[in-house]
Amino acid sequence: MPFIPHTEQDVREMLATIGAPSIDALFDEIPASLRIQGLDGIPEGLSEMEIGRLMSERARLDGRPLSFIGAGAYEHHIPSAVWAITTRGEFYSAYTPYQAEASQGTLQLIYEYQTMISSLTGMEVSNASLYDGGSAVAEAALMAVRAHRKSKSLRVIVPSTVNPNYRRVAISTAGNQGLRFETVAYRREDGCIDREALAAYAGQDIAALVIQQPNFFGQLEDVDALTDWAHEQGMLVIAVVNPTSLALLKPPGDWGKTGADICVGEGQPLGVPLSSGGPYFGFMTTRMEYVRSMPGRIVGRTVDLDGKLGYTLTLQAREQHIRRGKATSNICTNQGLLMTAATIYMTLIGPQGLSKVAAVSMQRSGELVEALTQVKGVRAAFNGSRFHEAVLLLDRPASAVLRELETQGILGGFDLSGDYPELGSALLVCATETKTAGDIARYAAALGAAVQKVRAA
Amino acid sequence: MNQILEKSIFEYSRSGRSASVQQPPGADVPSAVEKIPVALRRSKAPMLPEVSELDAVRHFTRLSQLNFSIDTNFYPLGSCTMKYNPKACNQYAMLPEFLARHPLAPDSQGQGFLSCMFELQEMLKEVTGMKAVSLNPMAGAHGEFAGVAMIRAYHRARGDLARNEIIVPEAAHGTNPATATMCGCIVKEIPVDAQGDVDLDALAKAVGPNTAGIMLTNPSTLGVFERKIEQVAKLVHGAGGLLYYDGANLNAILGKVRPGDMGFDVIHMNLHKTFSTPHGGGGPGAGAVGVSARLEPFLPVPIVGREGDQYRWLSEVNRPQSIGRLSAFMGNAGVLLRAYIYMRMLGREGMSRVGEYATLNANYVMARLRQAGFDLAYPERRASHEFIVTMKRQAKDLNVTAMDIAKRLLDYGFHAPTTYFPLLVPECLLIEPTETESRETLDAFVVAMATILGEAETDANTLKTAPHTMPVRRLDDVRAAKQLDLTWKPVNSAA
Repeated sequence: MPFIPHTEQDVREMLATIGAPSIDALFDEIPASLRIQGLDGIPEGLSEMEIGRLMSERARLDGRPLSFIGAGAYEHHIPSAVWAITTRGEFYSAYTPYQAEASQGTLQLIYEYQTMISSLTGMEVSNASLYDGGSAVAEAALMAVRAHRKSKSLRVIVPSTVNPNYRRVAISTAGNQGLRFETVAYRREDGCIDREALAAYAGQDIAALVIQQPNFFGQLEDVDALTDWAHEQGMLVIAVVNPTSLALLKPPGDWGKTGADICVGEGQPLGVPLSSGGPYFGFMTTRMEYVRSMPGRIVGRTVDLDGKLGYTLTLQAREQHIRRGKATSNICTNQGLLMTAATIYMTLIGPQGLSKVAAVSMQRSGELVEALTQVKGVRAAFNGSRFHEAVLLLDRPASAVLRELETQGILGGFDLSGDYPELGSALLVCATETKTAGDIARYAAALGAAVQKVRAA
Repeated sequence: MNQILEKSIFEYSRSGRSASVQQPPGADVPSAVEKIPVALRRSKAPMLPEVSELDAVRHFTRLSQLNFSIDTNFYPLGSCTMKYNPKACNQYAMLPEFLARHPLAPDSQGQGFLSCMFELQEMLKEVTGMKAVSLNPMAGAHGEFAGVAMIRAYHRARGDLARNEIIVPEAAHGTNPATATMCGCIVKEIPVDAQGDVDLDALAKAVGPNTAGIMLTNPSTLGVFERKIEQVAKLVHGAGGLLYYDGANLNAILGKVRPGDMGFDVIHMNLHKTFSTPHGGGGPGAGAVGVSARLEPFLPVPIVGREGDQYRWLSEVNRPQSIGRLSAFMGNAGVLLRAYIYMRMLGREGMSRVGEYATLNANYVMARLRQAGFDLAYPERRASHEFIVTMKRQAKDLNVTAMDIAKRLLDYGFHAPTTYFPLLVPECLLIEPTETESRETLDAFVVAMATILGEAETDANTLKTAPHTMPVRRLDDVRAAKQLDLTWKPVNSAA
């Protein structure tokens, strides 16, 4: 029996101890009319050898294309030690560290994570992770409404330069509690928040402004001016950032005169594989003054009966298992193992390493844009500074060009026509440190041929 | 267990040290920084450790050794289903093609992955008796959110706008009322009777034209099957409300009875419990949701569809009434792969045995603990896959609490059961052995419990000051909350 160790003798003797004639008798409190006699729709069980073969065949079907897609999930080198340690049974198969004395490993690791991510984002405190970048934006909006001392407003400005899927998740998650999300347009010349459109909200009662840096197009927003403007209007500032970029970019804690109030983002670039979209983890950091409004688990350092340092979950009065209907969020299980991987990643890569990853990603992305815009009919959509992504405009339908590239084993980028139809035929492309000059040349050559082919068709 | 505490990773750090082989070659940081406007540049490096690869490997390996885990200890944590996580599930979910696949890669570059997801949806439908499944929610509470949001969307779509009350039995998980609040609903708690079943009179009084639905766990968190489930369904449906099934305890009934057959309209499944994906020290989980036909249009997107022999994502365009997206992409894909592999290894026969042997183990431990002198919260009832011991008598007579027993168990090498939940049973220990534990392990646990009960009578102080063999003794939680120390700081820092 797969993963059930009982012998026939065990079952006999255990039933005798219980005083039941059969295992079936243990279900005698369930109305007979509800009982089922089997699960006919489930296939027969497989041995480990058979499932291994099946999964390898399935994996082969997915292939290993050369990918230039970013759009919220980024391919980076992951040191071998990250997952070798993360999948150790002691981390992998442990529960949430409610029994602190038997969970000091996980608890200390979370404390170290909180330290690293707080420092990286320039904020004072962090929680132990949220589900992903999208749900973190939703939780940040709810938190801003809760934490705002002077405004009772349920309105939050989420400019169109914020990842469209994050905006969708925010609406599905926070809309039920009455939050309203207002969209602000971007400038066509540099793909950044349109300050004139934003100015229309001056003087209104609004809980928060969300600023994504680098924004969804890969462009760098003027975060200082935006932060100061929002604060002058009495809004809190929610920063949405790429953790890799923070090795080089100003951290949200330093934005404007007083810094952002809540910082969130997708933690995937820190040692988490792309894996079709998950599991990833969302991070959230904030000012100490808002710590009691923060959702999710938090670890604190304290002492034991002997005065020895130790770690424990703290401020649990915010959470669902204590506060039930009045909790800051319903979140319980979060993304602990991914946070574990990220902590090991940040340790192995170190401050210089992260700067290098960010710098090489910027270099490669710049080289990519340069090579691709050499192709006739392809140009960059925006001026201004970028991190490691860029929007390209094509004079052929992006979807047809992407299909053509796919036949060459290349995933050429993310087609923006669904989310930003006003751009026309537009592609969001990305290169990180994993791409070589050869990869870029291969893409440029294939793009030239693809554009030709689509044009001829 | 390793007794030596591990120092902070920051204390290993030395300026200029690095695991240089991990860094990308050819980096020109200054010229990259030059392309960033001065005002947008970082001025001070983040405080990340500067250590060698061996320093890092040793530090985190040592930290891991300070943990209890399923791989190292019996973990009878009630309502958490801490069963063995097969190694094959991890290995084959981490094949290079699966790990490298970008979430926005076209469907044509993901037929292997998508076929697994489609089949997982189908298998989950079969084991729960529901009409349709969405795999998006990333944890149990996230699935609860999706479920209650669908219930609200259903009533709204019918123009039934007054229905904003969610009924929750007092024994429910804290996530139930918290979820109802997150969905903008009002929570109404109802009591259970002396035998652990829902109080039908109270329920009859609670339902009405404002009832959106009821959230139930069955078997309940009291470790017993809700015998009046058919009457509950009739009452709630009769009042125009819907039934939500919290799948936290699905392991107890897998292959024996299905939520869909009990009359539930929407359920979430904790794949990290019933389908053995790892708990990871606090996630990732996966909280797939299943629905009856009338809620199908509201399922969160994306969902995997099949056309001929091709699999593809269905999005908002195909599902205009969907409650929308709950994650940037499609939830915890890698966790879902692990659940798929687990279900395929178990197969039809293996899956039916899960509920049987989980129940056998629970009833066996319950019988033996009763013989050993422990009081059961519901002695007249069968255990489901878990049961409750109450230490009320010992607390009164010996001044020994459930917490003391829990902490002392750690000294004997067993993880503590769930304590002080559900709240309505005083001094309770909620014990769930799971089906993957052998009789010898269960016997050893019973011996430890009996020994501790003896100590309670002769040497209560040893219990009250337990644990004695862990890396730390009981921690000062009050100090942790009052003198917040949430990040490491250098000893000489001004802060």
